[in-house]
Parts: sequence; C-alpha cells; structure tokens
Amino acid sequence: MLEIKNLHAKVEGEDIEILKGVNLKVNAGEIHAIMGPNGSGKSTLSKVVSGHPEYEVTEGEILFNGEDITELDADERAHLGLFLAFQYPVEVPGITNKTLLREAYNTIARANDREELDPLEFEDYITEKLDVIEMKDEFLSRSINTGFSGGEKKKNEIFQMAVLNPVLSFLDETDSGLDIDALKVVSDGVNKIANDENAIVMITHYQRLLNYIKPDYVHVMMAGKLIKSGGFELAEELEANGYDALEKELVLNGEAQ
Amino acid sequence: MSEELSDGVKELESMIGEEYKYGFTTDVEYEDFPKGISEEIVRELSRVKEEPEWMTEFRVKAYHAWKEMEEPTWFNATYKKPDFENLLYYSAPKKKPQLDSMDDVDPNIRETYEKLGIPLEEQKMLSGVAVDAVFDSVSIFTSFKEKLAEAGVIFCSMSEAIKEHPELVKKYLASVVPVRDNFYSALNSAVFSDGSFCYIPKNTKCPMELSTYFRINNMESGQFERTLIVAEEGASVSYLEGCTAPMYDENQLHAAVVELVALDDADIKYSTIQNWYSGDENGKGGIYNFVTKRGICKGKNSHISWTQLETGSAVTLKYPSVILKGDNSVGEFYSVAVTTKRQQADTGTKMIHLGKNTKSTIISKGISAGQSNNSYRGEVKISKNATGSKNYSVCDSMLIGQECGAHTFPYISSENPSSSVEHEATTSRVGEEQIFYLMQRGISEQDAISMIINGFVKDVLKELPLEFAVEANKLLDVKLEGSVG
Repeated sequence: MLEIKNLHAKVEGEDIEILKGVNLKVNAGEIHAIMGPNGSGKSTLSKVVSGHPEYEVTEGEILFNGEDITELDADERAHLGLFLAFQYPVEVPGITNKTLLREAYNTIARANDREELDPLEFEDYITEKLDVIEMKDEFLSRSINTGFSGGEKKKNEIFQMAVLNPVLSFLDETDSGLDIDALKVVSDGVNKIANDENAIVMITHYQRLLNYIKPDYVHVMMAGKLIKSGGFELAEELEANGYDALEKELVLNGEAQ
Repeated sequence: MSEELSDGVKELESMIGEEYKYGFTTDVEYEDFPKGISEEIVRELSRVKEEPEWMTEFRVKAYHAWKEMEEPTWFNATYKKPDFENLLYYSAPKKKPQLDSMDDVDPNIRETYEKLGIPLEEQKMLSGVAVDAVFDSVSIFTSFKEKLAEAGVIFCSMSEAIKEHPELVKKYLASVVPVRDNFYSALNSAVFSDGSFCYIPKNTKCPMELSTYFRINNMESGQFERTLIVAEEGASVSYLEGCTAPMYDENQLHAAVVELVALDDADIKYSTIQNWYSGDENGKGGIYNFVTKRGICKGKNSHISWTQLETGSAVTLKYPSVILKGDNSVGEFYSVAVTTKRQQADTGTKMIHLGKNTKSTIISKGISAGQSNNSYRGEVKISKNATGSKNYSVCDSMLIGQECGAHTFPYISSENPSSSVEHEATTSRVGEEQIFYLMQRGISEQDAISMIINGFVKDVLKELPLEFAVEANKLLDVKLEGSVG
C-alpha cells in the first residue's frame, strides 16, 4: 500500500536535512508504530508523507498503491485516502465540525467518483460515527477545535478519521496530552476503525499507547532514519532500556553511523 | 513561508486586487456651484433647494461653527487633507427629477442604477425592499412610497422632508449629532445636500426593508448626505445603505451624518454595505469616508443595532455609536472591516450607558491584506447612574500576508460598580497550518481560504437582513477570494 524509498527531506529554503534516507513498507491490514526520541524526524515523516508544503523532498520517493505521490498537493493525497491525525490539531473558528466533514467527505467522494451524501444522509452517517469516540451530538456543531480541551482535540482527530474512512492513517503523537480515560477512548476508537483493508502508522514516544493499540511492527527512528525494526518486543525493550542503550548497542554492532 | 504556500497567499493577494467593478462613470449634465465654500455658497445652496428660512439659518450657523473648528488628526491614518476650497458643494444632474415618476429620471442615471444591480422600477426590485437612490447630491427616486404611506411610514428624501414634514425635522435634526459634535458633522450641517428621512409612527412595524443607495459620480463634488430615522414608541424598522463610486485618480470626500432616534420599546436596525472606490494598489485615488453615525435609545426598552460591512474607501473614519439613555435599552454594533491594497480604516463604535440595566454588544472583525492598515477604536462608557449595565466586546483581527497592519484601541470607563464590562481581542494570521489542516482533509486551497474567512466573519454577517446577506457574501468573495479561473 505505502512504500517509502530512500526518502530525504528538508525544510523548504533551509539546508539541514531532517529525513536522511527513510525506507518503510506498509501493507493493508497492518498497524505500525514508529518510536524515537525528540527531534529524530518522526513528525516530519508524517508531514512529508501527507504533503505539508513546508518540506521539500530532496531524494527518494513515496509510492501509494504503486502511484508516485511525492509531488502531489495535500488535498490530492487526501483524495487517495491518506489521513493525518495532527499532533496539534488546528483551530478554525466559525466553521463547524459538521460543515468541514461534509465538505471533506463529499470532495473526496467526488474525486473518487463515489456518490455524495446530501445533508440529511450525511447527518445520519456522521451521527453514527460519534459512537466511535463516545461523543455527544453537540460535538458536531462546535467550531473546528475552537475552545476544545487537549483531549477533545485528539478525539476529534480520530472522529474525523472515522468519518473520512481513510486507506492509510498517520497518527502523530495522538497519545500525548491524554489522561488514561481519554487514551482508552481514543485507542478503542482506532481499534474499531482498523480493519483488513486499511493501515495505520502510529508515531509515539511511549510504549503506553501500544498497550492499547497492538502494532504488528515497531520501528525505531533516530537522526532521520529508521534504524531498527521488529515486533512488539522492540517497544518493550525500548521502554526498559531507553533509546540511549539501543544507540550504544547499534554502535557496538557497527550498525549505526 | 514555503514557496507553495506563499504562492497561495500571493494568488490570494492578486485576487484581492480584483478590479473594482463599479468604477464606471455616468455621462450626465450637471448643475454645479462654483468651487469652494463661503456663507454665500451655503445660502445659495439653501435657496436652490427652496428651503425654509429656519433651515437656511441652521446651515449658516453650522458654517460659522465649522470655520472655527480644527480638522481632527487623532486617528491612525495618514492622508493628504482634502482641500475644502477646491470642492464642489452642490452638484446635481441638470434634468430635475420629478420624484413621483420614474419617467422623469435621466435615462443615463436609471441605467447606472441598473448596472449597479439596483433597478429603480418597483416591479424589478427585490420584493420587500423600498429604495431611495441618491446620485451625487440629490435623491433621484424613492420607491414604494405609497405602499409605505398606507402604513403611516414616511420614507422620502431629506430635501422633501424639510418641506413636507418641517415639524419632525426641526424636532430631531441635530438632536443626536449636534452641529458642533465634530469637524465633519459641522461641515455636513452647513452643506448637506440630501439623504433619506424615515419616520415610523407609534406601534408600527415598517412593512418592508428600507434602503438608500448612494452613488458618487461627479469627480469634484463632495458628498454630504444626511439621514434621519425616527422610530416612535413601539415602532420598528430595518434600514440598509449601500455605496459605490467611480474610479478617479483624485480623492473624493464623503462626509455624511446619520442620526437614529428610538423612543420607548422602539427597534431600529441599521445595516451598511460600504463599497466606495478604494484607490489603486499604489494608493492613488479613492474615497475619504468620514462619517458620523449615532443613535439614541431615548425611550425605555428601546433597541438600536448597527451592522456594517466596510470594504471600500481609501480612508475610513467611522464610529457608529449608541447613547443608551432609556432604562433597559440595548445597543449593538456588528462590524466587518476589510482593507486591502493601501486602504486605511479606523473604525469602531461608542456605547454610552446612561440608563439603568442597559446592555451593549460589540462584535468587530477586521481583515487586513496587502499593505493596508486596519484599526478598531471603541469606547464603552458606563455612567454613574447606569446601574446593572453590561457591555460585551469582541475585537478580532485577521491578517493576510506580511505587509499589513491591525490595531485595537479600546477605551473603557465604568463609574458604576454594579455594572460589568467584558472585552476580548484576538489577532490571527491566515496561516499555512490552518490551510494545510483543511487541505489534509481533502479541501482545495481556495476553498480552505474561503472557509477560514467565512468562519471569521460569520458572527457579523448573520446579523444582516437576509436579502443583503447574499450580497455581502458575494462582495466578500469578490474582494477576498475573487473568481478563480
């Protein structure tokens, strides 16, 4: 589904490379976790894949279902089924959640020659999806993220994911700033959305999230590269020993640069 | 800012530069006065208009008051001062309109209003809206007069009101905005040429929206119109003004005075869509819009609401205000001010609480783009006797691009401890994060920008009468989003 090959990227107009040759393959039905210390490039990877205009790809390519999407605009990638749950969801005052989602849903439907939903049909559809994150109706008529608590913003991201039903979702530190109850709701929501046809890539610092959403693969990112991959046990190892220990081990083995 | 996004902003800015579509001129023969102002000119103006003696004296007194006053400079705008000796103080199309019949209106002028989307024939008009069309210095035509008269509503040009309803005009003219209130109100009192007069009798709900459409055509004339709206006890009315002007390289002066009087339980809603020519991208030309607008909630439980969408003019100085004199009266001010290119706007409101349990709400939204400068200036004053009074103010500014400015100058004074004043202010930039967020959800860049702007002004536009909300949205689209092709 997603194939990232030797991806290098930097902030537009600056010289410093943030991604220094990332390789990643994600298939339908899989859940991946990317872990790593601050500044390792995890968030940048999710933004570059979803087409944030601040970044420039200097080398490598991003293939999505075989199509090279490296040069596509963010909205075109969204039409293909790519979704990013933001680490810091943005406030847009005066536009309700419902208005945004209907517009987004129908724009994506149009781009894929699927049938659009009229306001009444959409009302039914979206109300059903509220269960995914256990939110009340009033959530729909509030302005996008405006005045939302940190937890509500994160829940809103997962709610939008449920409504737009993407093929591939990047969850950028969805667990940060959540208390244990909210974390449970959000995780349950993601687990309900996950199925054999879609895929999820979680970005996180902590193993905590992975206890709720079981990844099939865990990758460690350091200095702009994925330096080690494994199963769930890799996350446990990291939690026990920290990133430093892993780095040292890799240096000893001659695997790190 | 990244290249793609700054491209987006550039595109937006170029759309903002969308050509002003009301910039044409109408070819009509004028009856002009010589340029400049003097007591003789003022007397001559009054004579030509066949005004009664008391009106002539009112003007002459105002002229002398004005002569002694200084031009104000306290606002946040810089411009070349108008040359008062080089202005035309009276400019009327030669063909004298007979106000009762459409057939007597100069066909060129009629066509002008049609081009502006304001056909003067009643059958072509928006149903439910009566229009007074003011062309340069004179009122050309007022529609639906008869229908309004059936309800007892008087809606006519100010010139006509002075002749036909002198007792009402005498009683209320300059009762809200005194002649000496400020430099421009004094000048207006001396030389105002026309405007609209509305009178809603006791316990009458005006059966239709009233509207005045102002058009400046003559290059050298100043436009000084005077509007007076009186709502008697239990009366209610909704009034809208629209304004456009041709594109000239020279600045033109528009110095109007609007007075609203609401007696016990009366309700006046006054909406403005101001789209005077704003000058070119180098700041050449455009209208100076120096307007004094004030309403008084004279009676108890009365209600005055100002809603304005200010998109035009090179320089705007304007503070529609409410004096809350009657107990339990309510004043509201809803404003969207958009500045682009090199426009300068210093606008806001004054809410003066005198009566008990009076309430005021101020919602101001400023959008600045290009190299423009947009200031909110507002005063909330709660006097000693205004017990239990409340004010709530929100002043939000949005910046598009890097070269514009937004400023907020709130003045708040409360002499009454049982009253409350709340003020909120925010400044935001149409940011790449907001645009990216919406695009990530599948929305195109254009729609994303449009969504952000619409969300920003929603609280104000929803206050406009339905018929005009559509026009307002279209105007904002043209001004800020353009027709992308």
